[in-house]
Amino acid sequence: MEFTRKNRQLLSRIATNDRHGENSPYFDGWKAYDSNPFHPIHNPDGVIQMGLAENPLCFDLIEKWIRENPDASICTAEGLDKFKDIAIFQDYHGLREFREAVAKFMGRVGGNRVTFDPNRIVMSGGATGANETAIFCLADPGDAFLVPSPYYAGFARDLRWRTGVEIVPVHCKSSNNFRITRAALEEAYEKAQRSNINIKGVIITNPSNPLGTVLDKETLRSLVSFVTDKKIHLVSDEIYAATVFSSPRFISVAEVMQDMDCNRDLIHIVYSLSKDMGFPGFRVGIVYSFNDDVTNCARKMSSFGLVSSQTQFLLASMLSDDEFVGNFLRESSKRLAKRHHVFTKGLEEVGISTIKSNAGLFFWMDMRPLLKEQTTKAETELWRVIINKVKLNVSPGSSFLCSEPGWFRVCFANMDDKTVEVALDRIREFVLQGKEENNHEADKSQARAQRWRKQNLRLSFSSSRLYDESLMSPHMISPHSPIPHSPLVRART
Amino acid sequence: NSHGQDSSYFLGWQLYENNPFHEVENPTGIIQMGLAENQLSFDLVESWLRKNPDVMELKKGGESVFRELALFQDYHGLPTFKNELVEYMAKIRGNKVKFDPNNLVLAAGATSANETLIFCLADPGEAILLPTPYYPGFDRDLKWRTGVEIVPVHCWSSNGFRITMFALEEAYERAQKLNLKVKGVLITNPSNPLGTTMTKEELDHLITFAMAKNIHVISDEVFSGTVFDSPGFISILEAAMDRNLENADVWSRIHIVYSLSKDLGLPGFRVGMIYSNNKTVVGASTKMSSFGLVSSQTQYLLTNVLASKRFTSKYMKENQKRLKKRKEMLVSGLKKSGIECLKSNAGLFCWVDMRHLLSSNTLEAETKLWNQMVCDAGLNISPGSSFHCSEPGWFRVCFANMSRGTLQVAMRRIKDFVERSNLMGRIKMNYQQNMSSLSRKLLSNWVRKLSSPDPDEHER
Repeated sequence: MEFTRKNRQLLSRIATNDRHGENSPYFDGWKAYDSNPFHPIHNPDGVIQMGLAENPLCFDLIEKWIRENPDASICTAEGLDKFKDIAIFQDYHGLREFREAVAKFMGRVGGNRVTFDPNRIVMSGGATGANETAIFCLADPGDAFLVPSPYYAGFARDLRWRTGVEIVPVHCKSSNNFRITRAALEEAYEKAQRSNINIKGVIITNPSNPLGTVLDKETLRSLVSFVTDKKIHLVSDEIYAATVFSSPRFISVAEVMQDMDCNRDLIHIVYSLSKDMGFPGFRVGIVYSFNDDVTNCARKMSSFGLVSSQTQFLLASMLSDDEFVGNFLRESSKRLAKRHHVFTKGLEEVGISTIKSNAGLFFWMDMRPLLKEQTTKAETELWRVIINKVKLNVSPGSSFLCSEPGWFRVCFANMDDKTVEVALDRIREFVLQGKEENNHEADKSQARAQRWRKQNLRLSFSSSRLYDESLMSPHMISPHSPIPHSPLVRART
Repeated sequence: NSHGQDSSYFLGWQLYENNPFHEVENPTGIIQMGLAENQLSFDLVESWLRKNPDVMELKKGGESVFRELALFQDYHGLPTFKNELVEYMAKIRGNKVKFDPNNLVLAAGATSANETLIFCLADPGEAILLPTPYYPGFDRDLKWRTGVEIVPVHCWSSNGFRITMFALEEAYERAQKLNLKVKGVLITNPSNPLGTTMTKEELDHLITFAMAKNIHVISDEVFSGTVFDSPGFISILEAAMDRNLENADVWSRIHIVYSLSKDLGLPGFRVGMIYSNNKTVVGASTKMSSFGLVSSQTQYLLTNVLASKRFTSKYMKENQKRLKKRKEMLVSGLKKSGIECLKSNAGLFCWVDMRHLLSSNTLEAETKLWNQMVCDAGLNISPGSSFHCSEPGWFRVCFANMSRGTLQVAMRRIKDFVERSNLMGRIKMNYQQNMSSLSRKLLSNWVRKLSSPDPDEHER
């Protein structure tokens, strides 16, 4: 957006700078997708969205639970008597039942090796709000945080934009599977000190976005002792904890702390239900700190992003249903594992390798062999080809600040099985550079479309009214818009 | 500490929490009169919900929309929700102003909306002018994380606390002397804590002032749906339109904050919004709303509630009627104790004049009186000083967050309290003695009430 000089004087620096990060090329792929979205019948040559880390694989289980538990909703006949109390409930401590349910859930996700205290559960506007709140509590404008790369592109906004805090990346290398080493941390820390940058802490994402790997005990212990030595904070973003679908198991920093000599006041966890449960729309973010002052401060700040009491009430009920939660976690892992396997196997068959991963809603794909040269420029060129020719919106490693060009994050959970097949087909064809004749190609896509129409599939884009000529301008779409052509967006009164 | 939560405003709440009034279980507890909430009209919403089962199970014409809702995190918000909101906002303003849903930005409550606007309009160290008395939460919402300063614009009882051009200029000069760059003025209309709507004159002063100084006007109109009496509500945009300023520079410096917490009585749902004709502000605040989006589940429910036009019309009318009646009950009850209120036509509270009960015209005397009100009379009312009022002796007393019966108990307690003060004169009271005699008195009042049924007690 162009800012006039007048605007810069009239409005704040924050409003007129671009530290919100939305002008990054990360979002260009989204724009390509928005202007030409894949649809199995109406637009089989459209761009497939593989840049969105969402988890809709187990909605059927949740919908069933909701249908069977009408008293969990304040709007049903069974739950209506709670409406008034819930509608006026704006206490920033949050509903006790909600906090207890979330604490129990977090414990279960950690394999019940840790008990989380409901009184330390503090709400926030999604993990987005939680991360920002943590930074507001721990650092001042001008301070900095070490963040191992590759890391989530949204951190640029969440950690820096309104807080005025800086990110100092700690570059990890593929040579050791991008593990975070003590040496790398020390080096980054020393370098920052020399440049007079005040490091206030380290932020890790475990399981990792974009790698899809979990941190092992050793690395976690090393991080905890590093921050204890340097007297700086450790914020562990654990929002993908329940997306672990095979061994090794997820280990929370809370677990590691239990038998270590460390300063608990420096350790904080960010959690959310957006990835594990697939509820990004419900905006459930959690700040969990072992530091009382931080907990109190974050709680006051939660006024700026409380979870709707209606949602607290529903989730309090759902997450305290032990049987449901157990079944959900098991099923979710199973389905993620299956989907992951289909993709990685398919890629293996054409010689594309991925980082060995066991968590997350994506995999980290190695396209280095396909680069003309090992540069970011070449990576960007390859990326544009993937978007425009192969028609897959994948996310280039550079948008995750990866120091090595050629890596791509590919999301696999946000589509149905048939779309997975199409995506794999396309990748295979691209890699093998199959030179099929136009006719043959046309026959194949026609046959695919026919097969589709014959089968009775429950697709995400099943309604024809979704495909409308009047597409919204790419600039109007939020980068977090999961389904820009969702019936909710297209509806008119 | 600039979150402001050590102020007496919040201390009263703590005391209340330790000993909350309950008609049956704790009749001598503290009555909460410091909470500007509207609990008068829930039955209307509940009855609507009972008649509309589809909304309950997240169904849209038979099909479950659960999945789409769960995934919907677009910071532009549900378009249908915003369409309904702008229609509702227009309705509140007698349809004299039309709102464009593309200029509406959702936020997690007015708390978040106000903070976000300040982040967009001012840099750390810059200042916003705020007429006093003002909502104590502003100290947190406008200043805490933004680093922006508040410079109060002093208003006085001598003219009903109206905002004058003189007061605005004086505040601006004071800011200059402190080397603070003023970026805007924030008003609450209808006013919290005064309960009054702004006059056309005041609004004109503000607009003229904003034009002259090239600053923003933020109009926090969260109580706009609680106007229950004449004169009617005039929105700042209406005042600007009356002066044909739609194409003037100042038009893009006028911003409105609204929420569903006060008139619809749904503070738990965290539905706030910013309305601005300034595209840059809309763009920036939309991005910032990522830090506090409205739950899609809640957006969906309220879209359906607001879509029922018959319901909203009925609700607005009935709600205003009940608020008016309740306010009149409070005002006449206080009058019987010789206490006057500022003449008001909106809000969920009255601005009560207790200056004559002060031992001296000082802040200390006000605090002492407040202590007595909370501990002796058992009423958590809010002292004017917590609203940065320049004159001691004023208190904000809420009336919409309790049952009629509870309000009656409160009125009786005030009467007893005043009678006791008159009896004892202005000498220091022995708290111990008074506690037991007060308890006795309350108990006998309560027994009297229980033994004779109140013919008016049919309201919920």
